[in-house]
Order: sequence, then C-alpha cells, then structure tokens
Amino acid sequence: MDTLDTLKARYLAAVAAAADESALEEVRVAALGKKGEISALMAGLGKMAPEERKAAGAAFNALKDEIDAALRARRAALADAALEERLRSEWLDVTLPGRPRRQGTIHPVSQVMDELTAIFADMGFAVAEGPQVESDWFNFDALNIPPEHPARQEHDTFFLHRAPGDNRPPHVLRTHTSPVQIRAMMGQGAPIRVIAPGRVYRMDMDQTHTPMFHQVEGLAIDRDISMANLKWVLEEFCRAFFEVPSVELRFRASHFPFTEPSAEVDIRCSWQGGQLKIGEGDKWMEILGSGMVHPRVLAAAGVDPDQWQGFAFGMGIDRIAMLKYGIPDLRAFFDSDLRWLRHYGFAALDMPDLAGGLSR
Amino acid sequence: MKFTLSWLKDHFDTDAGVDRIAEALTDLGLEVEEITNPAARLAPFTIAQVIQAEQHPDADRLRVCRVLTDEGEKQIVCGAPNARAGITVVLAKPGDYVPGIDTTLGVGRIRGVESHGMMCSERELELSEEHDGIIELPSGHVGQRFVDWLADHRPEAVDPMIHIKITPNRPDALGVRGIARDLAARGLGRLKPLEVTPVPGGFPCPIGVTIDPALKARGCPLFAGRLIRGVTNGPSPDWLQARLRAIGLRPISALVDITNFFTFDLNRPLHVFDAGRVKGDLRIHPAAGDEQLLALDGRSYGLRAGMMVISDDQGIESLAGIMGGELSGCTEATTDVFLESAYWDPITIAATGRALRINSDARYRFERGVDPAFTLPGLELATQMVLDLCGGEASEVVSDGAVPETARAYRLDPARVVRLVGMDIPAETQRATLEALGFTLAGDMASPPSWRPDILGEADLVEEVARIASLTRLQGRPLARPQPGVPRPILTAAQTRERVARRTLAGLGYNECVTYSFIDQAAAQLFGGGADAVRIDNPISSEMTHLRPDLLPGLLRAAARNQARGQADLALFEVGPVFHGGEPEEQALQATAILTGSAGPRDPWGSRRAVDVFDVKADAEALLAALGAPARSQITRKVPGWFHPGRSGAIGLGTNALALFGEVHPAILRALDLRGPVMALTIRPEAIPQPRTKSPARPALKLADLQAVDRDFAFVVDARVDAQTAVAAALGADKALIEQVRVFDQFTGDKAEAQMGAGRKSIALTVRLQPTDRTLTEAEIEAVSAKIVDKVTRATGGTLRG
Repeated sequence: MDTLDTLKARYLAAVAAAADESALEEVRVAALGKKGEISALMAGLGKMAPEERKAAGAAFNALKDEIDAALRARRAALADAALEERLRSEWLDVTLPGRPRRQGTIHPVSQVMDELTAIFADMGFAVAEGPQVESDWFNFDALNIPPEHPARQEHDTFFLHRAPGDNRPPHVLRTHTSPVQIRAMMGQGAPIRVIAPGRVYRMDMDQTHTPMFHQVEGLAIDRDISMANLKWVLEEFCRAFFEVPSVELRFRASHFPFTEPSAEVDIRCSWQGGQLKIGEGDKWMEILGSGMVHPRVLAAAGVDPDQWQGFAFGMGIDRIAMLKYGIPDLRAFFDSDLRWLRHYGFAALDMPDLAGGLSR
Repeated sequence: MKFTLSWLKDHFDTDAGVDRIAEALTDLGLEVEEITNPAARLAPFTIAQVIQAEQHPDADRLRVCRVLTDEGEKQIVCGAPNARAGITVVLAKPGDYVPGIDTTLGVGRIRGVESHGMMCSERELELSEEHDGIIELPSGHVGQRFVDWLADHRPEAVDPMIHIKITPNRPDALGVRGIARDLAARGLGRLKPLEVTPVPGGFPCPIGVTIDPALKARGCPLFAGRLIRGVTNGPSPDWLQARLRAIGLRPISALVDITNFFTFDLNRPLHVFDAGRVKGDLRIHPAAGDEQLLALDGRSYGLRAGMMVISDDQGIESLAGIMGGELSGCTEATTDVFLESAYWDPITIAATGRALRINSDARYRFERGVDPAFTLPGLELATQMVLDLCGGEASEVVSDGAVPETARAYRLDPARVVRLVGMDIPAETQRATLEALGFTLAGDMASPPSWRPDILGEADLVEEVARIASLTRLQGRPLARPQPGVPRPILTAAQTRERVARRTLAGLGYNECVTYSFIDQAAAQLFGGGADAVRIDNPISSEMTHLRPDLLPGLLRAAARNQARGQADLALFEVGPVFHGGEPEEQALQATAILTGSAGPRDPWGSRRAVDVFDVKADAEALLAALGAPARSQITRKVPGWFHPGRSGAIGLGTNALALFGEVHPAILRALDLRGPVMALTIRPEAIPQPRTKSPARPALKLADLQAVDRDFAFVVDARVDAQTAVAAALGADKALIEQVRVFDQFTGDKAEAQMGAGRKSIALTVRLQPTDRTLTEAEIEAVSAKIVDKVTRATGGTLRG
C-alpha cells in the first residue's frame, strides 16, 4: 500500500493530467467516489485503535480536502479553457448594419405650433380653434370689413359654391385666423387670452406664396390691457421663440380694419452671408401685424367695448418657421418630398417645452 | 403711390433730407417700399476739362486727351467724336462704378496707351438715351461734384423718387399733398397753403350736364365741368413730363398730363373730353346692360345694367370714374376741351371696376374715396393749369348735384388714448395733432376733414394721435399672468389627442406631411367627395377645386410624387381637417398614415419584405392605445370602398368605428397613378370615447402569486373563418380563469389543404389560465380545456386538430 504522500502525488498528478470534464470525473470517482481509494481509507478508520484513528483521520481528511480542492480548481480551469475556446470561435462582423428602424418626423409647421403653444401657455393663453370654411360674416363683417371694403379684395378670397336658390352670401375659406377671435369671444366672453393657430387660404401662388398657409392669431382682452402690454408680450414671445438673449421690436403705424390703433411689427436682425441673426444688426424685418381690438369687433362678438379692451396680433407660422430654422422655400412645405421631410422634420420626442428649451 | 422729393416740396417746407422723410413716412403708416435716388448713383463723378486732344498713334477713331481734374492732369483715351480741347466734361475715375455700362473702371491700356478714367455720355450715366458723344457741360468748374451741378441746373435728374405703400384707409395719402400733411403733423416741416382762385367763365358752357335721378342720391352726388375753347394740346412742359416719368407714367399730351398730375398731386382724378367730338349734352346714368364701350385703353367693354356711364347724344362716351371712351378722348388735334370733375360713390365704382377688371388710377382713388368737398376747387385749379399750359378761354362751370354731406364729430377722450396705447401723450398734444391733420375741434368733439372718409369713430381718433406721436416710442409693459403661480394647463382633451396622434405616428416611424386642403374633383370623388357643396368657385388651379373628403388622396398623391423621384419605401402621415360638406361645422379631424414599398432596405437580415396589412394594423392599434381607446374592440369588415374588400378592416366598439386599416383598393392606386400595394390606416380622434374618470390615479395592481398555466390548441376550420371568432369563443369558455387567448400560428394554403381538405386551414391558440386562490389540479385544467374545445368548435364549425 502506498503511503499517503504517494497517494496524494498520484491523484494530484491525475487531476492535473485530466484533459476534460469526463477524465476529471473519473479521477474524482477513483479517489473520492463511494468506492474510491480515499473513501476506502476513510472506511478503514473504524477498525483502528482510538489513538491511531485520531491521527489517521486528520491525515485522511486533509488528503481528501486537498484532492477535492485540486479537482475544483482543475474543473474551473477546464471551464475557463472551454469558454475561451468557444469565444475564439464566436465572431461576428459587427460592422454589418443593424436591423433597420424607421425614423418618423414631425412637420416644421406642427413643431412650431407646439412651440407657440408652450410659450403662450406660460403667459396664460389657451388655444382656440375655428372652422376653415367660414361664413363671410365671421371672416369679414364681424371683423369690421363690410362687403364693399377694399380690404376684402386684398384678401384674395376663395369662395365656396352656392347651390342655386341658396341666397346666403357664399362661404369662404378663411383668409386669416382672425375669425377665431370672434368665435372665442362669443363662446367665452371677456376676460380672455387665446392663441389660434391654423390653416388659412388665399388665392395666391408664386415663388413666395402658396394658396394655403398657416397663421397664428393672438387675442388678449381684459379691463386695462394696452398696446404697451402687446409690445411686451411680443417681445417675450420673440425672445423665447427665436431662442436669443434679447430682441428689439419696432412698432410701425399701419392699418387693419379689425384693430385700432394698428401696428406692423419689425424685429431687429442682420443678414450675413445668407444667415439671419435675430436680435442684432442694423436691419429691420417685418414679422407680424397687430393692434388694439377695434371696438366694433368687440361689439360684434358681444363684448362691451366700454368695459373691455385688449390686443390682437396675427403672424405667419410657416414664415417664422422658415426664419428660425433656415428653411428657404415655402412651397416645399406642402410638397411632402421625403428628403425635405427628413431634413427639416423633428423627432417625435422633441416636444418643445420651456424647461428643456424649445429646440435641441 | 409714387412721388419725388421736389414734388413733395411743392406742398411742404422742410430741411429734412430724404432719409429722414422716409423714416418718418414708414413710422406714420405710409410704409416706404423703395427709394430711387439718382444722386447716389452719380455721387462719384466730378467735372473736368479737356486741355488737349491728340490723335491716338494706333487708332483712327481714338484721341489721347490731357484732362484737368481735381487730382491734377490725367491722360485719358477717348473715342467720342466730340472729344476736343476746351470742353467741360464729366469724369469717371478708376475705381468708379459707371451704371450705364455696368462696369467698375480700372486703369486701362488702349492700343498701347494708358488711360486713367473715362469721360461719360448721358447714357453711360443713365441720364438719357443720348450717346452720340460725351457730355459737354455749358458751365461748371474742375473738381465740382457732378450731382451738385445737376441739382443747380437739372434738378429733375437728381430728384429722389419715393414709393410708398398705401393702406386702404388712407385715400388722402394718394395725393402728394396728403403725404405732406402727415409729415407736417409729425413736425418735419410746414404744409404750404393751397390757394384756389376761381377762374371766371367768359361765356356760358355750351354742354349741359344732368345726373339721372336714380344716381343722384348715391352713385353720383356731384358732377361739374366746363368747356375751355381754343386750346393747343401739344406736349406738356419739361417739368411736368419729368415728374410723370419719375413716377413711371408716360407723358401723352398736355391735357392728359394735366389730369394725371392732379390725380397724383391732389388725389383729384379728372377727365377731359374732346368737346368737338361730344354731341349735345352730357348725361350721367346707369347703363341699360347691352352696350359696348371702346375705352381709352383700346379695349372694348361689354357693360352690365346699372354700371354708371356718361353719355351724349351719340351714346356712351365714358365709364364714369373709371376710364374715358376712346371716341371722345383728347388728341393733339383737340382745340375745345370739356374738363370734368365729379364725385363718384366708392362702392359703385369698386363694383364696376371689379366686374370689368379695369385697374385705373381713377378707379383706385374713387373706390377708396376722394375728397368730395374738393370737386369744385379741383376743377378751378385744373382750369387754370389748362389755360397756363394750353391757352384758350374757359366757360362758366356747369354742374348738377351737390357736395354730399360728410360732417360728423366724435369725442376725443385724451385719458382713453393714454389707457389704450399705454403711452403718455399730453392732451394738448393730442388736440394739436388732430388740428394739424385738418380736424376741427369744438370742446371735446373732433370733426374729421372732408378728405378723411376713414374716420368713423372715437377709435379712429386714437389711432391718428398714436400714429403721429410715433409708435416707435412705445415701451413694452409686462402683462401679468391671469393667476399668480404655476400656469394651468390650457389644452383641451381634443387638442391633446391631436398632439399625441401626431407624435405617436412619428414615433412609429411615419413622416408627417402637410398637404393642401383642396384637391382635384376626380380624386375627391374616389373618396366619396367632390360634390358641389365643397366646390371652390374660384379655384387657383384645376388640381385644387374641391375640399378634401379624406386625407388619403393627398397622401397618395404625395406618395406618387415621391415615387416619381425614386423614393419607393414610404411611411407618410397627416393629421388634419377633412370636409364632409360646405358648412363651417362640416369639418372633422382625421389622422391617416400610409405605408408602401418595403419595411426596410435590403440587408443581410432579410429586412426587405413588402409592407403588409398587419404592419398598419399594429400601428393603428398602437395609435388607438396611445389615444386611450379601450383595449377590447372588435374587427369588422365594414370599410369604405377605397379599401381592398378582402384585405382591410375596421377596429370598432359596437357600431362605432374607431380606426380603419388595410390595403388601398388597387383601382384607386391605378386612378392616382401610384405603384402599389399601399397600406393605410385612418382614425378619427373624436370617435374615441373620452375616459370617464379624470383622476390621474391608476386602479390597484393585482398580481397573482400562483403560477399561470399555458395550454395550446389547434383547430381545423374553414379557410374563411376569422381567428377573432375562435379567440372570442375561447375567452368565453371561462371568464374568470382565462386571462388571455392569443393566436400563435396559422397553417393555410395548398399544403394545409392537402392535409386538412380543400378550403380548410388550421389556427393555433395559446390560452393562459390564471388561478387566483389555489393551484389548479390536472382535472380542472382538463375540464377547462374541454370547454374551450367545445366552445371554439361550435363557434367556428371546426374541429380540434389531431
């Protein structure tokens, strides 16, 4: 019978020599299995004298532990080697394209409408809506544009067909968002603060005009709202919308039938190398029309002009989108050219808000 | 409206230069569109003198000149025949831009001889078409600026032309004098008085005038005129021709030029008849409706009943207030002229002008409103000018009617002006402003002058005061929020839905389009529209004649355009209005998306598969979920005719269709010239019921601790049985225990029919049983399974697949 040292040396050598999991298992069974050599030694302990048994037991246990540890270490090493081997065979060309995922976009008009909403909501303006087919009363008369007013012709109005026998004046495609003012005031009275973004229509089609475009109307009526408040609101709007530290606006007297006094509003800017910069420079660019709501318009909408006063403004959404985002051609807005939609569109999650800034 | 600076100064004393005047005009609401300042163009040129001119050694026609300039003597090669010693010339130096030849000069070498500049012709300086030789000035000293010489000797050559935009409320500014009045009120100078001295008539007017009673009350309140006999109608004087040319009018003859001058100078359109060609008296009356008039523009107009005309014994001679007739028009042969000055009703003039599509300077002014009180003074001033320029003798004035009453007064409340405008304008300044504009003040009442028909209320007084005070001075003042604190949400539920629809579809990979609300009739008819009620009476193109009944035609046309550009894989959507009638309330919001081409590009993973119905169905379901539609809904095949009848469906709640999805009908694609197939989904956000509760709290989450059991079943059914029937039947087998039923496979087609019989298919369901109080026994599971098999086979007429 071998001495324990020999036994140990033999098994440790066998563990080291085991080339795979099954060889290692054979070694384990031969040594530590139920009928293994070391198990047999342990079984022999019962026949020994107590003194002898104590010393031998400790030695056997030590031997068993050492071989067991060697087995575990070898097993781990074999697993590592096997993994290593597997990883060597597992190789992908990771420069191949990922699975395609479509990227949708939001149209600049929608994006800018959401920007407008974010800014004006903060100043307490709700969003009002109205129909795009309008009666001529809402589109003109209520806005102090009587039937023969020359301003009616300047609106290049689209008229809807009237059935023979229907003697009402023909409905129009609204030429501006101003009729929403009337509807909003009729619906909710004063005080009121609303913006009304939406489609409008004019019979005009050339390099810079399309027969449909978008406007946003603003209306604020209260006991003592003045034109100075109008100027502040527009300054705040332009500063926030164009995302510049400050803006300078210039009010210029003008005429709109539905406001009095009326002003066209210019913004200070510079054009350098085709690049527009808002808030600096020595040029003025017209960006919107505005004024104090005409008493006749308030009265038409059922608001007492002796009790209430306030302002209204209107501006082109497509136009401010073009200015802010450097989009050159209005006609392309409505052409749905995929290349344009992708280039000028916005990601679905780019929802404008004041906390995160309007644009990324 | 165009005028020149010197013309303005006929009415206006000022030291202000053209820049300051332009700035003030724009600020006053008379927006300057353009200033053409010839002086700016001519600024670099100076006067020089030729001291010697010798033949060029190498060219017959060229001379080498020694020229005395402000920078000493220069050598200049010149080809003009009149280049000779002693003449005073206009010099352009190297570096100067010469407008007539569009060239910036350099030092030249002409046939071997250096040339340090150029002596200019009139055409080279764009002064006239004269180009026979270089300019020879009769005076001027070497070094003097040429523009200064022109200002002294030919002021019209350097007179800045100002073009302003006139808003419809300011007819008074359609005359130079009205513009001067605004500038004077602003404090830029003084309005010169306008003296009107009546010209005594030497004889009774042989031509009588009468206004038809039908027109006197409104159409033509006042018509006046007089004969001037023995006139010579040659070209008008240079100063008048220069003025008219400067504002883009062609001088014609003295008489015609005088009428044009009054139109622009005093906003007083006039008409001149050749009295030799007028037979009998003039009568102002409504047209009967079948007459033709050959007008001064050389075109013949068919008149409609009621249009105002002026007739003599021969018939209609003039379209009142709009354009004269060719037959009675003045020519160079005219010796007797009848000069007309009338006041026409703006509305009648506008209607006639619009109907006949005549845009004349007279119509433009009469329809905006000229000064009715100036009808007779204007006639007197014009008579004097005719006598001055053409000679002759004036008759007495004949007239019918009277100046219409325009007197009215409105209260000026200076405090209200301050409160509305938000600018501190002292009361006395406000009153002074109105007076400067011609208003008459009596106590706190202000009466507008006769030339301001636009002033119709107190608000108009506010506007005048604010405008003259200058809105540029306005300082912004913060507008407080309606309530203090964090702003309240402002969007309505419908508005939020519209946004969510848009952002969800973009998130699902669709590109948002904004297409026109009007489409062509053929396309509209394909989608149930195109009726007369939604027809536009005056469409801008044949492709935009009818309001769209649906978003699909616009998106399909957009897809066709993209296909033509080589883009085949498209995912487009629009959220916008559709119109089911021509009344304002017949408008609804729709969200529509289309898919065509492949789901992805060619790649190693086989992503390039054709898009199909189940792509849009998944997107429709995702969109409905995002909009808060209830999860349990049914699919029906009730879809409009523009969908493929067998490959489309509606997702609905009861009879309420929430969404449509499917393949677009191939006939539609053919009609719209589109390569298909195209998949589409449509929802009407308004159709989705709003949630009953507004509370943000969610119902409590119930998690079962017990293990769920999944069981799979396969059924052989008729090939046209909907899976939905089987799923619903399985769900009904035990409503408490069955948590979910899903179709996980189907087996159809030839192989399936070979196994299961013609017209049969197999569908496989997986059913999840979720016990709540105790673990299920095998017997219980078997019992439920048997019930499921029973329900499904009965509902579908199928059998369990063995």
